[in-house]
Formats: sequence, structure tokens, C-alpha cells
Amino acid sequence: MSQSDQKRPSRERRLLRRAEAAGLGSIAEKVLAEERLSLEDGVALYRAEDLLTVGALANHVRERIHGDRTYFNVNQHINYTNYCNKFCSFCSFDRLPGQPGAYQFTPEQAAEKIREQLHQPVTEVHMVAGVWPKIPYQYYLDLLKAVKAARPEIHVKAFTMVELDQIWKSARQVGRESMAEVLAELREAGLGSCPGGGAEVFAERVQLEGYAHKISGERWLEVAREVHRAGLRSNCTMLHGHIETHEERVDHLDRLRRLQDETGGFQTYIPLSFHPENNEWSHLPGPTAADELRELAVGRLLLDNIPHIKAYWILMDVPVAQTALAFGADDVDGTVVEERIYHDAGATTPQEVARDELITWIRDAGRLPVERDTLYNVVWSADEAQAQVGAPAPVAG
Amino acid sequence: MNAPHEDPGTLAPEHGAATPSTWSAPRAALGRSEHAGELERLEDKVLEGGRLTPEEGLFLHDHADLETLGYLADQVRRRKHPSGVVTYIVDRNVNPTNVCITDCGFCAFYRRPKAEDAYVLERDEIYAKLDELRDMGGRQVLMQGGHHPYLKSAWWGDLIADLRSRYPKINAHALSAPELDHLSKIDKRPVEEVIADLRDAGLGSVPGAGAEMLVERVRLIIARKKTDTDRWLDVHRKVHEAGLRSSATMMFGHVETPAERIEHLERVRQLQDETGGFTAFICWNMQPDGVPEEHLYPARVSPGVYLRVQALSRIYLDNIDSLQTSFVTQGMKMGQITLRYGCNDFGGSMLEENVVSAAGCARLEGIDVIERMISAAGFTPRRRNSWYGIDDEREAADSAACAPRSAVEAASTKLFEGGRWRDEWVAARDEHARNYVPAAVAAGGAQ
Repeated sequence: MSQSDQKRPSRERRLLRRAEAAGLGSIAEKVLAEERLSLEDGVALYRAEDLLTVGALANHVRERIHGDRTYFNVNQHINYTNYCNKFCSFCSFDRLPGQPGAYQFTPEQAAEKIREQLHQPVTEVHMVAGVWPKIPYQYYLDLLKAVKAARPEIHVKAFTMVELDQIWKSARQVGRESMAEVLAELREAGLGSCPGGGAEVFAERVQLEGYAHKISGERWLEVAREVHRAGLRSNCTMLHGHIETHEERVDHLDRLRRLQDETGGFQTYIPLSFHPENNEWSHLPGPTAADELRELAVGRLLLDNIPHIKAYWILMDVPVAQTALAFGADDVDGTVVEERIYHDAGATTPQEVARDELITWIRDAGRLPVERDTLYNVVWSADEAQAQVGAPAPVAG
Repeated sequence: MNAPHEDPGTLAPEHGAATPSTWSAPRAALGRSEHAGELERLEDKVLEGGRLTPEEGLFLHDHADLETLGYLADQVRRRKHPSGVVTYIVDRNVNPTNVCITDCGFCAFYRRPKAEDAYVLERDEIYAKLDELRDMGGRQVLMQGGHHPYLKSAWWGDLIADLRSRYPKINAHALSAPELDHLSKIDKRPVEEVIADLRDAGLGSVPGAGAEMLVERVRLIIARKKTDTDRWLDVHRKVHEAGLRSSATMMFGHVETPAERIEHLERVRQLQDETGGFTAFICWNMQPDGVPEEHLYPARVSPGVYLRVQALSRIYLDNIDSLQTSFVTQGMKMGQITLRYGCNDFGGSMLEENVVSAAGCARLEGIDVIERMISAAGFTPRRRNSWYGIDDEREAADSAACAPRSAVEAASTKLFEGGRWRDEWVAARDEHARNYVPAAVAAGGAQ
């Protein structure tokens, strides 16, 4: 039941009028009533001419959930190997062993990367990499243990569903059976949660054309279900802006939404922009800023059961990430020391950013910076007094 | 000597207590609930086509969130450019000299006259640059340089006349107000005469550079030796009176207060009310890398602040037709985003740019990238001339309806009378825009 127009707050009436003018009136009614959007609504949002009104609807949801709060963390990346046998068309990072630039860190080398950042208030290490079947199961356990030994309090967010599928296969060769058993051991070794990568676009058509060797969309969702059942949280993603259609994107978001209804284990949805340099899909132009903003907004509107939407600054760059905070996003990722995967694909952003600068970006976008840990516990927050116009950014404690 | 102007009055510098180094955007959701009444009143005023007072402009600057500013700017843009066309011009910058005696501390381009790498380009070097531009279908050369102590207006007049005869399709968009002022000083004659001679030599339009902040307190800090505010405006007044059109600019994000940003917009709006001669407004934030007085300047403001100021400019300058993005300073991503925050023009393709590039900011792009950015944002890309009329093969049949090709042509058709561009000119252009059907739509295609 929608409220009568008289009872609505003035701001909602204005948003509704604006959406009606943009041909999005029925969608706006649902958004204001906190009703779930249909798949058709999703396609309509992708096709609507008035980008700003799509953004305004997403902003309404974002502010209803988070107000001005905008999350970031102090994190570092370790891409522990670029060995990979998946040959995805969109990837510029993968190598075969022996190729120039191919590498695999030993657990000790990974631990050294952690020790290099001990002077920084890092709370999370994000570890993702290529998929290589000859890497033994024990390596993954040793990797986790070495990282935790180097910095015991750090949260290890590691291994996409694609990597977990391979880790499980390697584990079976040494007598492990179920994914649950493997996840329990990884957790014991130090795994804290899982990142959301490797989902790409679930649609089979796109998979066969672009990443046929990778696990299917259904398998990705199955592994994510196992992860959530094991008591671990994860993120989820979609790689957009290559050969997929609007309908295929909506289908992808719908599958994520249905799994989330079931498990509640996704913390954050992160749309990943396809970057076209140095890969088999270099002839494709890749998404523009307008596409990235729309993707975030549609994600916020369709994924009504996922708490956070992340504008990953390192792949969309600061202008888009700041604007995104008015398009549904409530998270900008972190300080990201040494990102490699997107930089191999032509990303021109810095490979890291200072904490104070991240805080300034959030403030300049009119939001309240909140430093979080991986599980969204508040580490530091600009309180109301500090958040007033003109207050200087506090220095890290 | 300077024409009197209305003092913007109530917005004294002390009004904005915050200085840019500590200024940050208001908290979006918080500000919207705390100031709901006034924000909604201003929103309605803008949507109904009303004009903001300086106080109201400052209120939006200080309290409106990015979403609201974007919405209002986009609505103003739609009202002025309902066809959904976004224009750009194929052009290049030629900086005939980098010799300058103005010593602006924010400029990394200029050289003192006796510096080792001071230069004045030879004619042949300029021809080579313009040959390239002609071959690309270029329509404009933006010529600006330092304030050279010995190059008088006759030198510039010869250069312009020569280029006009060799390259008839390329307009000379040249000599900012401080340069014209400088020429009048070294010629020792009134600037009106300098402008008239240059116009007769073939000068077609005047760029809006050198405005920086049109506030004396700020100019005394950042550009002490440069043409002052009243004189900058007066030179543009005389440019418009001579039948030429010009653009206006603002460089912010240094030592100015929010109130001074509004004061700048107000001064530009007042002159436009008087003459109607400004074609477009362009703003950018200061690019501080490697400039001579880098230590005096705060860190570069972040893109989010630029976007707010850009949107506010569109809302405030209700009498200026076009707002141009500044992708050279902001990058293509922000360039594209501004098309939804009030800009309807992508500026020049800039085959060459030397001034902001010298301050750590080189972001030149190909025409194909510009076209793609415009299309992907949902607009129809079209090439234009220096007077913002469409000059595009895809529109051959319509181009005559858009704009006079030159000020001389405008004068001969009596579009320019009594020191003011006649409303018919604007009305005809708007009529054209209203009736314009993008090719994709006409062909029955869908986005």
C-alpha cells in the first residue's frame, strides 16, 4: 500500500514527481514503500535516459540505510601468484609459469609484504590471485598462517569462490572430502572472510564467450553458499561493461539477491568495471563514468537485502568514486597498498592512497567518513562535532 | 576610465569564515534535513526559472548537497539545451610566446624575457601547427601567450590577418582581456582601438582567460600585476561593443572564500545582463603542481568540490547560454560526469595545450574519445564553431540556422546592435534546439 501523497514527507513527494517526469514513477513508488523491484524494473533503470534521477532513487535508499556514513578501511593487497589456467578474455594479469613476469610468492614472501606495512594501521589484507592446479593444498594453509604470524591481529580476506573451488580440488588429492571441511581448516589457519571477485557475469552465454574455463555462475553461487554456511561472510561482484546485455546484468543481480535471501552472508556488492588494456577484449571500449555511476545505482536499488554498495576507487578513479557517494554507494574500499590486477589492465590510478586523503575525498563529497574493519565494525568515526563544515581531518591515532 | 558597476555589496569577504584549505562540502543528508525549508524554496525558485540572489547562491554553495546541485543544474541545462546535443570544437592552442612580465605565482608556463627557454614562435612553426589543424577539420585556433614587453598589437594583427588568409576556415580565438589590456599599454592607446584594429585584422572571438577570481582581495594575492577586476570586465565590455563575442572563466580552489566565488559569478552575470556578449562560461580548480609559488597554495581541491562549483555556476549564471567542461584539468571521467551537472559543451579537442600542462596536468584526448564520452552519457555529439553554432557534417542542412559565422556577419545581419547581441539570435538558436531531433531518434533507433 502506497502512502497517500498528502502524508508523504515533502522530499519524497518531490522525488516521486521527479521520477514520474523521468518515466520512473512506479519504480519510485516501490522504492519509497521499501518494496522489492522486479527484473523489469531493473532493465528500465538501465535504459532510463535521466541518469541523475536513477541516482537520486539510489541515493534515497543509501541515506535511508546509512545516512551520510561512508565507510573505508586501511588495507593492503597481496596478489600471491599470477599463475592461472583460466585464460579469461578480460584479464591482463594472468601468466603461465615460465612466461616473463610470472611469479608466485612463497608464504614467507607474503609475510614480508605484511611486515613492510607494520608501521601503518592496516586492519585487513586482501589476498586474491590466479588459479593454478599444481599449487598444493598445504601452500594455502601455510600462506594464511605466515600472514597471521607476521601480524596476528590482521583480518585476512582471501580467496574468491573461483580460488576456493580450486583449493577444494587440491584438498581432495590429500584426502579432504567436503568444502565444509576445507573451509574449516582454512578458517583455523587464519581465513577471516572471502572477497567477492570471480563472479563476472553469471549468464552462460557470456561465460562461454569470455571465460569458458572458469567455474560456472551456478558453481560460484554454490561455493558462496558453502562459505556463508561455514559462518564466513563474503562480498559479491559483477564485472560489467564488456559483452553482457542489460538483461544479463539484471539476471546476475537477481541470482545474488536470491542467494542473499537464503544465507544473508553477503556484506557488500561491488560492481567491477571492465578495463580493456592488454587483454583479449582490448577492442571493446569499456564502461565510461556514466556507466559506472548507473551500475552502482542499479545495484543499490535491486540488491535491497545487501547492506553495502562499494565504489571501488582504484578502478573507477576519484571523480567517479566521489560522485558515486550520491549514486547509492556507501563504501570506497581502502588505502589499498599495491594493487596489481587492474593496473596490469591499464588502470592509471595510484596503487595506494593515504588515509587522510581518503577522508578528505569523502568529506568533499559531503559525507561522514567512518573507518571500518572488514566486518564493518567501526574503527574510527568523524563524530558529529568533527564533521561540521570546516573542521580539519583528524590525524590517525 | 573603468565603467561603474553595481557593487555586489553584502557579500563581504568576512562572510565566508571558512578558507579553502579547511572548506569542505556540507554533509548531504544532515544539511538537507537541517535546511529543508530554504533548500526547497530555492529549488522551486530555480525550477521556475527564477534568478538567485548572491545570498541565495552562497546558501546553495554552503548547504546544498551534490545531488540537489546536480538536479538543478541538469534542469537548467535541459531548459537551455532541450535537444540533448553536446557540442565541442576541433581546435588547438598555439602559444606564440611564453615571455611574460606579469609573474603570476600560480603559472608554470611563463618565462621572464631573458630566461634561457623563453621563446617567440617563428611564423613557419605556427604554419606547421595550423596545417595539422586544417587537415583535421579544425575550426579554431586559441592563441594566447605571455605578456611580452615588445610584441605590440601590430605584430598580433599581422599574425592574425596572415593566418585568416591562409586558413579561412579557422577562426582566430585569441588574446584574453589581460593581453588586450597589455597591448593597449605598450601601444599607448585606448583598448577600444586595439580591439577594433585586431577585429579588422580578422580576430573572431576572445577567450575568457585571465579572469582567475574577479575579486580584488584575491587578485592582490595571486596575480598582483595582472589586469584588475574592473578592467578585466571593461575590456570584455569593449570586446562585446566591438561586435565580438567572448567567453568567461573562473579559476578557483586557491585563496578565495565561498562568498568570493559567488561574487565572481555575480560580476560575470552583471556584465552579461548589460552586453549579452558572453558565449560560455568555463571554470576549473587551480592546478598547483610546480608553479612558482607552489608553497603559497593549498593542495588541489578534490574532484567533488569542482563538481559542486561547476553545477552551481550553471544554476547561478542564468543568462549565459553554454557551460563548458574542463576535461583538460579534470580528466575525461569528470568531463563526462559534468554533462549531467550543467555542462552542454565539451570544449576544444585541443590538439595542443601548454599552459595547464606545465602545471602537471596533461590530459589531451582524441576526437573519437570525446565523441564516445558524449554519446555514452546519453547525448548527441556535434561539432561547433567559436560562436557555439553547430558546424557539423551530420547537420549540414541546419547549420545556417544556428549562428552567424562571424561577428562581422552578425553585424551585417543586424543581429548585433547598440553594443548588444539581439535576442533574436538567441531565440533562433533556441528554436533550432527545440525542434532538433537527434539522428538516432529520427531513424527510429532506441538508446
